[in-house]
Amino acid sequence: MKQYDLVIVGAGPAGMAAASAAAEQGLTVAVLDEQAAPGGQIYRAISAPALRDEGILGADYYHGRSLLAPFKAARVDYMASTTVWEITGAREVRLSVQGRARTLQARRILLATGAQERPAPFPGWQLPGVMSCGAAQIMLKTSGLTPPTPLVLAGSGPLLLLIALQLHWAGVTIAAVLDTTPKENYLEAGRHLGGALRGWKMLLKGLGYLAKLKRSGVPCLSRVGDLRAEADDSGKLTRVRFRHKGREQSLDTNSLLVHQGVVPNVQLSRAIGIDHRWDELQLCWRPATDAWGETDIEGIFIAGDGAGIGGAVAAEQAGRLAAWQVARQLGRMSPNERDRLAAPVRRALAPVLAIRPFLDVLYRPAGEFLRPADDTLVCRCEEVTAGDIRRYARLGCTGPNQTKAFSRVGMGPCQGRMCGLTVAQLIADTRQTTPAEVGYYRIRSPIKPLTLKELAGLDDADRKQP
Amino acid sequence: MQTDSPFNRLATATADTVTIEIDGRPFNAREGDSVAAALLAAGCIPSRTTPVSGSPRAPYCMMGVCFECLVEVDGLANVQGCMVQVAEGMKVRRQSGAREMTVGDFHEAV
Repeated sequence: MKQYDLVIVGAGPAGMAAASAAAEQGLTVAVLDEQAAPGGQIYRAISAPALRDEGILGADYYHGRSLLAPFKAARVDYMASTTVWEITGAREVRLSVQGRARTLQARRILLATGAQERPAPFPGWQLPGVMSCGAAQIMLKTSGLTPPTPLVLAGSGPLLLLIALQLHWAGVTIAAVLDTTPKENYLEAGRHLGGALRGWKMLLKGLGYLAKLKRSGVPCLSRVGDLRAEADDSGKLTRVRFRHKGREQSLDTNSLLVHQGVVPNVQLSRAIGIDHRWDELQLCWRPATDAWGETDIEGIFIAGDGAGIGGAVAAEQAGRLAAWQVARQLGRMSPNERDRLAAPVRRALAPVLAIRPFLDVLYRPAGEFLRPADDTLVCRCEEVTAGDIRRYARLGCTGPNQTKAFSRVGMGPCQGRMCGLTVAQLIADTRQTTPAEVGYYRIRSPIKPLTLKELAGLDDADRKQP
Repeated sequence: MQTDSPFNRLATATADTVTIEIDGRPFNAREGDSVAAALLAAGCIPSRTTPVSGSPRAPYCMMGVCFECLVEVDGLANVQGCMVQVAEGMKVRRQSGAREMTVGDFHEAV
């Protein structure tokens, strides 16, 4: 079994920055990433961007090159197209690459598995023709593909505005951007404006996007509610219905992109058994970590959006902090040296994180996406509705693991990734308690599909190691 | 193969193509495309029907989270199409309902 000082899962901004920093301190480092090339989702395909015109995605995307260059130059075992499906408390990392499974032994582990888009169910979100905004951006980055037109975008959050602009710059005809941010969010976010002003650079950038979108001529409707997607006889999206200024409206389209913010990808941290806390501001679970990213399980660290949403710039800095703490724990750095390097990084992080509470409150999803109507599909895999969950909660189910046993909710291939937050919220509401009380699914390894052949061959692969 | 309202390809930095088979028909994908992206570019929507109700679905998240893009790749069923890149000669089949046991599965079993 091959051993490393540090095994990093994920090659996004946190993973790439951590790997470079750790290798610089002389640690043996492996980086395992599910994608074919480094970058994570934010810098997807940054080593070979698909688009010829760099003006479409903008400078923030190509900033990823500043992480890629040192990462490629670093003495790091980088394993692409590699799926980590189990990590044990003894810091064994089980992975599959090209249909073969093997185990690595790590002295320290850093999870840099990032975020996923918040599952935001509404009637018809499962129809072919409806995709997430993140998906559309990934297609731009990796393939230079744009969605069919006329295109409608609906939802809330910075990514909604950004992808609308990017697709507009790419020449895509956008029929409408439907902003579902509730009116009351603006008032509540105002209370966090002080913090936001400390992060004024990012605030200005966001306001810049808004201004550009307004000037672009793309129809933007704000405070949209009652979003529904409808299908034709073939079952594909044909119409988007919504309420705006008290009036029912509809748009004929077979292409809708939706977005309601991002949440930490907790699948691996949950499966390991790391302690998670409910974040009332971000309305999601986040693993508990110390100031260096170490979790309650000794030697296992988390950096980046997987430890709570902070964005790509914060993720890169958090990756470095974790790497230096690992180097100190393994005797490669003195505490003084670690702190000397960390001080400017923490100073740079402060304004980036200061703007978060403002953004978290401003772009909190509208109630209809957190507490969908009874006929809305909540679990896309097992086809369980919000009404089903409410019924089981009234029957006495106290948490997601009970509704799972009753209805199969969360038991399909996505293993609860697309329904966990919604199910907990619905149970909490019905039982008049909080998601923090209701809890989450018990996630078990393997966290990604694995063939029996891979599992059976696990020992063979290990024996071949010197 | 359905080809209504497909995704549009912008000018790309490289234009190398690979030929794959989707449900037995050839399709020129761009090198670097995921199988899910190739299905969308080919207008193969829906890309599967569900095991529970047979309702039509298509790729949704493109980053390995939602499992809506499950597809058969070179005889292996229930592969996440967004997590696999196209390769020359790759055979992709859309799944309808639950996965089928393929000939390959039987050979492995005996």
